[in-house]
Amino acid sequence: MRSLRLRTAVAAAMAVGAMAVVAACGSGDSSSTSTGAGTSGGSTGAAASGEPVTLTWWHNATNDPLKTLWGKIAKDYEGANAGVTIKVQPIQNEQFTTKIPLALQGDDFPDVYQQWGGGQQATQVQSGKVADITDQVAPWIGDIGGIADGWKTDGKQYGVPYSQHVVGFWYRKDLFEKAGITEPPTTLDELNADVQKLKDAGIAPIAIGAKDRWPAAFWWEYFALRACATDTMQQALANVDFSDECFVKAGEDMKAFMDTKPFQDGFEGTTAQQGAGSSAGMVANGKAAMELQGTWNPYVMSDLTEDKELFSKLGWFPFPEVEGGAGDPHAALGGGDGFSCTTKQADACAAFLEYLVSPEVQKQLVSSGATTLPVNPEAASAITEPTVKDIQSYVNDTPFMQTYFDVALPTDIGQAVNDAIADFTVGQGSPEDVVAAVR
Amino acid sequence: MSADLASRPARRATVRRAARHRLLARRRLELALLLGPALLLFGAFVLAPIGIAAYYSLHEWSGFGPISDFVGFDNYRRAFEDDVFRGAISHNLIIAGLSLLIQLPLAIALALLLNRRLRGQGALRLIVFAPYVLSEAITAVLWLLLLQPDGAVDQTLQAVGLGGLVQPWLADRDIVLYTMFAVVTWKYIGFGIILLLAGLQGIPSELRDAAAIDGASPWQATRYVILPLLGPTIRIWIFLSIIGSLQLFDIVWIMTGGGPAGSSATMATYLIDRGFRRYQFGYGSAVAVILFLICFVFALLYQRYALRRDTRGALAQGVG
Repeated sequence: MRSLRLRTAVAAAMAVGAMAVVAACGSGDSSSTSTGAGTSGGSTGAAASGEPVTLTWWHNATNDPLKTLWGKIAKDYEGANAGVTIKVQPIQNEQFTTKIPLALQGDDFPDVYQQWGGGQQATQVQSGKVADITDQVAPWIGDIGGIADGWKTDGKQYGVPYSQHVVGFWYRKDLFEKAGITEPPTTLDELNADVQKLKDAGIAPIAIGAKDRWPAAFWWEYFALRACATDTMQQALANVDFSDECFVKAGEDMKAFMDTKPFQDGFEGTTAQQGAGSSAGMVANGKAAMELQGTWNPYVMSDLTEDKELFSKLGWFPFPEVEGGAGDPHAALGGGDGFSCTTKQADACAAFLEYLVSPEVQKQLVSSGATTLPVNPEAASAITEPTVKDIQSYVNDTPFMQTYFDVALPTDIGQAVNDAIADFTVGQGSPEDVVAAVR
Repeated sequence: MSADLASRPARRATVRRAARHRLLARRRLELALLLGPALLLFGAFVLAPIGIAAYYSLHEWSGFGPISDFVGFDNYRRAFEDDVFRGAISHNLIIAGLSLLIQLPLAIALALLLNRRLRGQGALRLIVFAPYVLSEAITAVLWLLLLQPDGAVDQTLQAVGLGGLVQPWLADRDIVLYTMFAVVTWKYIGFGIILLLAGLQGIPSELRDAAAIDGASPWQATRYVILPLLGPTIRIWIFLSIIGSLQLFDIVWIMTGGGPAGSSATMATYLIDRGFRRYQFGYGSAVAVILFLICFVFALLYQRYALRRDTRGALAQGVG
């Protein structure tokens, strides 16, 4: 009895120690799983000279259809390029933030890995192990247009996007009809009126997954895009300085909008994508009329409902115009998914990325439903959904596409902004506090 | 013959000395074999990481590139100046305090109840202990779903006419911490009960009988005989409970991520958030070191002042 109790105490003391291990391991020991990267040669340019090359590929597609498709594309590429072997390793999205720093600290890093560009990429470039592929991509990067600039750091290309996203409103046509709304709103006043109509009809107007923070950030960032002139916006993000008045106005506009209580009950604790009670789940199941979300949202929704007819019930409209702002009324918020190369196999990796943005692969991405908007305009013909065609043409026509702030800014500041916006959204802090988070 | 007789004790002594030497050598080998690997692992995976974390904590470091930006104790100062971190410390302390005030009496009461011979005792014990078997992640997801607005909890309350009690459990900044505490209690109460039941089993029934013969009421027998004898078990429970409260992470991280607006953040969720989500590995390490020191100092003091009496005998016997 006694020694048992002692052992419990010792176990507890060990638990204290283990906590420190967790804490310390987290802070950057490079004991990540062995990937076998670089085991075959490791000389750059191996692909060109026909020597065998093994590329380790970390991507975030742990679900179908993309998971299967990436596997097939890797096989296709191996078939067409003798000597190239691709080790495909799907890694859960949330794990990238921990796995990449650990991998880049050591020598066991992947050759190709998921990359969202912007400030996060710039942070990773500091490791010295992300490859500058400006020269390798020069012949073909022009094919995919301006979106590739989001994967530049200090003017050099450190990654290549394969899909494009834009944030807008996904709404239920049936619920809009029920509330007597005939046309999607184009101005903030119209949106306010529609919110009231939906409330009168007993429908939660707008779902938001504020618990996850980034969905709340979409709102504030769009208000900022409408309040701030394009030049001001670009300068502010480049200099990490939000002192311009327009950013305070963005918060005030958002506050005025939120004072109408447009969000679902308990939105402060709602997740964005998990379960039927999440914001995406609510719209998917007809519990809320609309949600400001990225182009991926219909695919998220379809996993959260039994409704096979969901797609036909969904419509899309861009963020409305806001009166009195200096921003372009059609500027859009968005981003994309891409990949970076690391230094060991930069040439072989860049060649593989060229394949990923080729019309051949891009069309497969679209037609399988894995990607909503391709980066290669030649693949746009593969889009069949009328709603997605509308989005594609909106993106083509937008005068200015702003990358999500948390991606565009250095990681620590981007996340601090997300936190400040999320706090502001749930009623803690002022418009000035959000601006103060950027320092 | 006589020579033989004379030399016998001497030889016996030599033999005994040699045997003792062999025994000592064997003992040392045994110690090295049994303790060596454990010590090595302990050093490599407990002590060294603590040291490394302390080293990181003195630098500003994004997790990439060389660690060169030495900032001294700046990270520590920043942590204690941050409202969110101070809030997190107070949340940990509130959870620990509530555990002592609510969980402990509840666990003792239920343990005393379950210690009596009653019908379905086994089944009751199983039910009470079941949540402890679930992992924290499963518990968190389970309750996340149950506590959705208009979810199972709200509907149950409405069905029994307590609809007025329905709250935005995970969304209201003034309530969410207590929701967390309720879930933690649901999960860990069974562990406390099992621990206390084991303690109760160790108390001879003769003592209660003797008290009864001396005219003690059942309440008096419980209060003055049983509870004092349960002291060592209660003290261990308090130790485990406070350490657990200070390190609370999984349930909170999954259910709220520390939100809304930091109102349910704990030291551990804050540490992971700053370290891994914001890539502030130096700062995150500083928070980790603070968390470690708080737990460590508490553990030492508690061992020194509260547990010494309970473990002294065990230590002496254990080594002998």
